Amino acid sequence: MNSKNTRKRRLIRYWPIYIMALPGLIYLFINNYMPLPGLVLAFKKYNARKGIFGSDFVGFKNFKYLFATQDAFIITRNTICYNIVFIIVNTVLAIFVAILLAEMTSKMKKVYQCLILLPYMISMVIVSYLVYGFLSTDNGFLNNTILPLLGKEPISWYMEKKYWPFLLTFVNAWKVIGYNSIIYISTILGIDKGIYESAAIDGASKWMQIRKITIPLLKPTVIMMTLLAIGRIFYSDFGLFYQVPQNQGSLFAVTNTIDTYVYRGLLELGDMSMSSAAGLYQSLVGFVLILGANFLVRKLDKDSALF
Amino acid sequence: MKDETRFQVFAHIVLIILAFLAIMPMVLMIISSFTDNDILIAEGYKFWPSKWSTYAYEYIFNTGNSVIRAYGVSIVLTLVGTVLSLSLTTMLAYAISKKDLPGRGWITFFIVFSMLFNGGLVPTYIVYTNIFNLKNTFAGLLFPGLLMNAFNIMLMKSYFVSSIPSEILDAAYIDGAGEVKTFFHIVIPLSKPIMATIALFAGIAYWNDWMNGYIYITKRTELYSVQNLLNRMMQNIQFLSQSSSNVQNATAGLAAIPLASVRMAMAAVGILPILVMYPFVQKYFVKGITLGGVKG
Repeated sequence: MNSKNTRKRRLIRYWPIYIMALPGLIYLFINNYMPLPGLVLAFKKYNARKGIFGSDFVGFKNFKYLFATQDAFIITRNTICYNIVFIIVNTVLAIFVAILLAEMTSKMKKVYQCLILLPYMISMVIVSYLVYGFLSTDNGFLNNTILPLLGKEPISWYMEKKYWPFLLTFVNAWKVIGYNSIIYISTILGIDKGIYESAAIDGASKWMQIRKITIPLLKPTVIMMTLLAIGRIFYSDFGLFYQVPQNQGSLFAVTNTIDTYVYRGLLELGDMSMSSAAGLYQSLVGFVLILGANFLVRKLDKDSALF
Repeated sequence: MKDETRFQVFAHIVLIILAFLAIMPMVLMIISSFTDNDILIAEGYKFWPSKWSTYAYEYIFNTGNSVIRAYGVSIVLTLVGTVLSLSLTTMLAYAISKKDLPGRGWITFFIVFSMLFNGGLVPTYIVYTNIFNLKNTFAGLLFPGLLMNAFNIMLMKSYFVSSIPSEILDAAYIDGAGEVKTFFHIVIPLSKPIMATIALFAGIAYWNDWMNGYIYITKRTELYSVQNLLNRMMQNIQFLSQSSSNVQNATAGLAAIPLASVRMAMAAVGILPILVMYPFVQKYFVKGITLGGVKG
C-alpha cells in the first residue's frame, strides 16, 4: 500500500539517489534516445544544408529504391544466413567444449579454458591481421607453406568469394567458442551429481550419461540462448564482416551485411537515403524480433527473459 | 572406470587441439614480428623463420610518434572510459536496485527499451557530429556507444539485489546515515567483485574499440588509438612513413621500410596489455558472464 505520505517520504529520503541516477540517464538519453527522431531520415531526401527536419519528405521512395536493387536482397540474405549458420555451429561447438571442460577432472582444465577464451579478448582489427598472416597472397602462411606442402597452387584468398562463408564462420567460431561455452559450463556444473551416480550404478556408460542426462538438462539454456540470438538475427558483427575481409569489393556479394551496407552508404558513398532506409529497416525488424524472442523466452523461464 | 578414463583422455586431446588452434595465430604473429623482413617477404609468415631480427621493434620505438602516441591515446581512453563507465553504471544500477524507489519501473523501462530499439548508425552519427560536434575530438572516442550499456547496468543491479541485504541498508538509515553515505561506506565496499567485473568489461571494450575512432576521427591522426592505427596501416602502407616526425628518416628509409614485420610487431604491441593482464583477470571475466547469463 503506497499511501501518499509514505511515497512522499520516500521521495524525500531518496532524492540523492535520483541525482546519482541522473548522469547515467542523461547519457542513455543522448546516446540512445536522441538519435531516434533521426530515423525519419529514411523518409526524406537528405540535404546537409537543410538539416534533418528541413529536408524534403519523400515518403517511401528511399525504400522503393533500396528494395529495387539487388543489394537489399544480398545484405538481408547474408545477414540472416550467416547468423543462422553461426547460431548452429557456435551452439554445437560451445556445448561440446562446455561438456569437456565441465567434466574434466584434471587441473589443466583451467589452462585450457583460459587459452580457448583468449581469442574473445582481442579486437577484430588484430584478428584481421592474424587472418592476413594466413591468407596474404604473397606472404601468407597458407600460400607459402601449407598449400605447397599439399602440392597446390597459391590462391588469391581476398579475391575469391567462395571460401569466405566458410572462413568467416570459422573465424567467428574461433573467437566466440570460449565465451559461449561459459554459460553452458555453469549450467552443467549446476546439475546434481547424484543423478550421474545413480545412472552409473544402473550401468550407464559415460557417453550414455551425457546423452541422456547432460544434454537434455542443457536444453532450456540452449533454447534461451538460441532465442536471444534469433532476436538479434538482423544484426551482424561489423568488425567481422568489414575488417577481416579487408573491405575488399570483390568479396561484397558474400561479405556485405546490413551493418556494413549502412556504414558504407553513410561514410564511404555519402548515400544517406539508402543507408538510412536500410538502418530503419534493420531497427524495426530487429525490434520486432527481439520482442518476439523475449516473449517466447519469458514463457519458458521467466527469470531468463531480458525484461 | 575404463569409461571415465577414456572420456578424460579424449577430453584432454580435444582440448589441447582447441587450445592450440586458439593461440596459434597469435604465436605466428609474434614470431613474424621477430622475423627478418626480407625473409618474411621471400618465404612468407612461418612458425620457424630462417632469420630472426628485432628490427621491427627497434623501428617502431625509433620512429617515435605514431605508435607511442597511439598507445598513449589508448591507455588514457581506457582509463578514463573505464572509470567513467564504472561510476555511471554503478550509480544507476544502485538506483534501480532499490525496490521502493518511486518511479523505479519507469526508469528500468527507459533503460531496457534502449537495449531493444536503436536509432542505428545514421541517426547516431548525425547526433554526435552535428549536435555535439564530437568529430575529431577525444570525446568522440569516449562517448559514443561505449560509456554505458544496459547489459552492464542489469548485471550490476542483479548483484545489488541479490548480494546486498536490505537489512544492512535499513539499519544504516535508522542509524541516521544519508543515502550518499550509505552508498559510499556500505554498498561500494561490498560490491568490489562486481565492480571489478564491470571495470573489466568496460576496459576491454575501450581498449579494443576501433569503431569510434574509425567513424569520428577523420583528420586529427594524433587521436588514433592503437586499434585505429593498426587499422589505418593495414589500409594505407604509406601512412607510417608519412606520419613519422623524422623527415630524413622518411625520405631515406622509404625504400627500406620493413612493412610486413613492422605491421606484425605493431599488432603484437596492440595485444600486449591484454595478454599481460589476461591471466589475472580471466577469473572475474568468467564469473561476470556466468552471473549475467544465469539470472538471480
